[in-house]
Amino acid sequence: MIKEYELNIGPNHPGIHGNFSVHLKLEGDTIVEAKGNSGYLHRAFEKLMEQRTYLQNLALIPRICVPEPDINEAVYSMAIEELMGVEIPERAKFIRTIVLEAARVNALLFHFGGTAAMLGNYTVNYWAVADRDLMLDIFLKLSGARVYHMYIWPGGVRRDTYPGFEDDVLGFVKYMKDRLIEYDNLFFKNPMFMHRAKGLAKITKETALQMGVTGPNLKATGVKVDVRKDEPYAAYPYLDFDIPVLDDGDAWAREIQRRLELELSLNLIEQAVKKMPKGDVWKKMPNPFKWVIPEGEAYARVESSRGEYGFYFVSDGTDKPYRVSVRGVSMPHMYPLAEELLVGQKLSDAPFILETLDICPPEIDR
Amino acid sequence: MENKEYFEKTSYIGALTSTKYIFKKPVTVQYPKEKLNLPERYRGFHVNDLDKCIGCGNCMSICPCQAITMDDPKAFHLVNPKEGSTHLRPRIDYGRCSYCGLCVEVCPTGSLKMERNLIFTSQDGDAFVWFPAEERRTAENGFTQSNEITPLELEKVPMPELEPDVRKKTFEELILGFSEEAAIKEAERCLGCGICMQGCPAHMKIPEYIDAIFKKEYEISVKYMLEDNALPGICGRICTHKCQDDCVYNYRGDAVQIMWLKRFATDMVKDYKVSDPYMFPKTGKKVAVIGSGPSGLSAAYYLTLMGHSVTVFEKRSVPGGALGLGIPMYRLPVYEIDKEVGHLKDLGVEFKFNTEVGKDVLFEDLMRDYDAVYIGVGLSYGRAINLNGEDTPFIIQAIDFLRQVKVEGRRDIPKKVIVIGGGNVAMDVARTVVRLHEINYGGIDTKVQTVSLEDWDIMPASKEEIEGALEEGVIFNPGWGPKEAVFENGKLKGLIVKKVKSVFDEQRRFNPTFYEDQTLFLEGDYIIEAVGQTTNLSFIPEHLMQQLKFTPRRRIWVDEFGETSISGVFAGGDLVETSLGNAISAIANGHRAAIGIDFYLRNVKGGKND
Repeated sequence: MIKEYELNIGPNHPGIHGNFSVHLKLEGDTIVEAKGNSGYLHRAFEKLMEQRTYLQNLALIPRICVPEPDINEAVYSMAIEELMGVEIPERAKFIRTIVLEAARVNALLFHFGGTAAMLGNYTVNYWAVADRDLMLDIFLKLSGARVYHMYIWPGGVRRDTYPGFEDDVLGFVKYMKDRLIEYDNLFFKNPMFMHRAKGLAKITKETALQMGVTGPNLKATGVKVDVRKDEPYAAYPYLDFDIPVLDDGDAWAREIQRRLELELSLNLIEQAVKKMPKGDVWKKMPNPFKWVIPEGEAYARVESSRGEYGFYFVSDGTDKPYRVSVRGVSMPHMYPLAEELLVGQKLSDAPFILETLDICPPEIDR
Repeated sequence: MENKEYFEKTSYIGALTSTKYIFKKPVTVQYPKEKLNLPERYRGFHVNDLDKCIGCGNCMSICPCQAITMDDPKAFHLVNPKEGSTHLRPRIDYGRCSYCGLCVEVCPTGSLKMERNLIFTSQDGDAFVWFPAEERRTAENGFTQSNEITPLELEKVPMPELEPDVRKKTFEELILGFSEEAAIKEAERCLGCGICMQGCPAHMKIPEYIDAIFKKEYEISVKYMLEDNALPGICGRICTHKCQDDCVYNYRGDAVQIMWLKRFATDMVKDYKVSDPYMFPKTGKKVAVIGSGPSGLSAAYYLTLMGHSVTVFEKRSVPGGALGLGIPMYRLPVYEIDKEVGHLKDLGVEFKFNTEVGKDVLFEDLMRDYDAVYIGVGLSYGRAINLNGEDTPFIIQAIDFLRQVKVEGRRDIPKKVIVIGGGNVAMDVARTVVRLHEINYGGIDTKVQTVSLEDWDIMPASKEEIEGALEEGVIFNPGWGPKEAVFENGKLKGLIVKKVKSVFDEQRRFNPTFYEDQTLFLEGDYIIEAVGQTTNLSFIPEHLMQQLKFTPRRRIWVDEFGETSISGVFAGGDLVETSLGNAISAIANGHRAAIGIDFYLRNVKGGKND
């Protein structure tokens, strides 16, 4: 009889997003050791950025995070604006907020699809992907592309909104609010989900803080930390909102936390569209071929759907960044959090636990 | 807390909510049966108007994926390169393209666009690389550039200049020059594509020197200039700036002010010595340069750098030729010529002023005493138009008038002056007269008018000069030709002019025709003729003159390296066919002749003397 054996989840496993694997040691179906194995997706983003001019990087950065590319554009632009001492126009701030929140909605829908599928509830998966496409259609009209928008750029946004943008967005928000009730009925208030997730892979507040966990994973343990409130960027200072917090810290709380944040995002979009002023959407930036940024360093951060996402940016006064370091949210969520959480769990729960941490492999391999 | 709801009110019944979708239609678009509804900003394949495209390569430079290469699309579509365009066009590898649209944003002509289609299938991998062209268009326009939001800087930095009321009272330089901040801002606009280099007769390294200005490395900037132009400071003031006419910004905004940037950089470098290119060791060969105009100075500079000893013979007492004698001080101050000539003197060029070849020293002696001779005497004599009374003191040649004012300090001028001509020299004369009027009479009861055969649209003078003259109060009579000068009691009364029918004949040759019956009388007591110049080669002895070959336009024939049909005798400047009649092309063919002389002296010309 085999007492202990090894098993790889991934890199090409339906339970893992992207090319990433978790190396498990099991006794029976109980996990005794878990090791993340990253590197399959390594494309040297940080190094590539050092070889491209400031405008050229625009095509590269959204690819660091596929489900939510706009946060990359936002932090990149914010870091450059900070170094250059540029204040972007008010309207651009609101458009950025709408885009970022819409991207969060998209990312969360994608996430719910994944989580539900891990539990065998594929209907949520199909619904979520179809609903996400409605927003992608709006993105397509706004920026010309569905996923990699390259719409937020240093100085503001690349084009003004198209006529009818406000109606499209408000229509989507209204639709999603109605749909949320159905999602609740089907999934979040489903006892199957509740029994499966309640008490599973519990994180305490102390561990979370110690390990550098952020975002919904941290808020689900009762810590009220959110970059949108703590260090407001874009148009968040003009919006009225409160951050939802749960205190259980288990898989169930993490999912419900995200469910509440989805609702918050819809409210924020609604507010931003209604408060959006008229005016310019772009502050003129220098000629891209001679775009030199003053020497210095900056750290820009935003609240992504997974937590605090940031770029640490060093400029040596030339036309290319000297060093860019990406704070990938999922890095601490995988190493060491997931590695510790998986120990002692059943194998059948492993994909679901990884999913509730919302680990995005490209953020680890950047 | 809110989460109680999700904990307490759970129900299996709620999950049945999904059953109502059983009877709904699927949300997926049934492509290709159903048409995709793609929006206006869709970023799909590229469409390029190959005739509008100028092949500047900015799309290639900005492409983050290196998907674009510039290539000759002749195999696919015949492109006739127009002026200010290369024969290259972007070819895009759709295996690399990321559809970011940055190439569209930086396209200076607006020829590159994206279409609303992203579907192409082929089994051949090479089929995914193609020249985007209108012929390949499969859908309507998608993502296009916008003039409001563009990474290009379309507006120029204004150049400060003296107000018309101030400047017409003085011979002070009217262009004040950029401040450092303004110059760097203007230098920043340059895209570095280098289309301008083709327009420049000297093919100066314009993107490089502008980039050096942008980096505040003025000495390096001047070094780039000196590689192709021995007189950058002078060119920075009076050049005809063909480069700016070719600047890609002209399609959507204002051209980069290349000339003023050049002037700024040369002003910042007090002594060019720090910027001189490499100087070769002395060869011991001697070269005589006749004439110290732009072509002569250019030849002298490069010959000196190549290690030859150069002596410049100048008939007048001041250097510069047409620059020193003809161009008014408000455009080109004397100290600027002194600075550039001083630079040559410091390098070891010997100048012999007041030495006229053919009189003070014989051409044959030069040929005997020197290893090579360069003729750069230019067109230093005014051309007469056979108007009656040209021998009277009331009618004068422009070149003589300008020399008298600039060199000899002439300040007297009659009150009503007629200038014949529509070129830049005529503008110089008219604006000089305006200044003399202000100085002598305070501008009261004075009049300066020009008569030119050409109408506004074909007037050869540059736009800036015409505008400047108009601002200073010069009256223009375009489309009239001189018929007869009217004298009364031995004094000039005025000029009768006749209406021009056409200036050029069908072969586009200069051949004016007139309506003899339509005339106009212009009042004036002084006429200055500025209708072109001619040369005088009488210093060349008869037997050599017979060996000298001429072109059909009566210019000296020279080969590609400036050598005339007499071995060892080179020529350049306005004397030769390739000159466009401006300083920069004279400088360019002076440089070229210097290379030819160097080849000749080292016996390497094309290998034929080896």
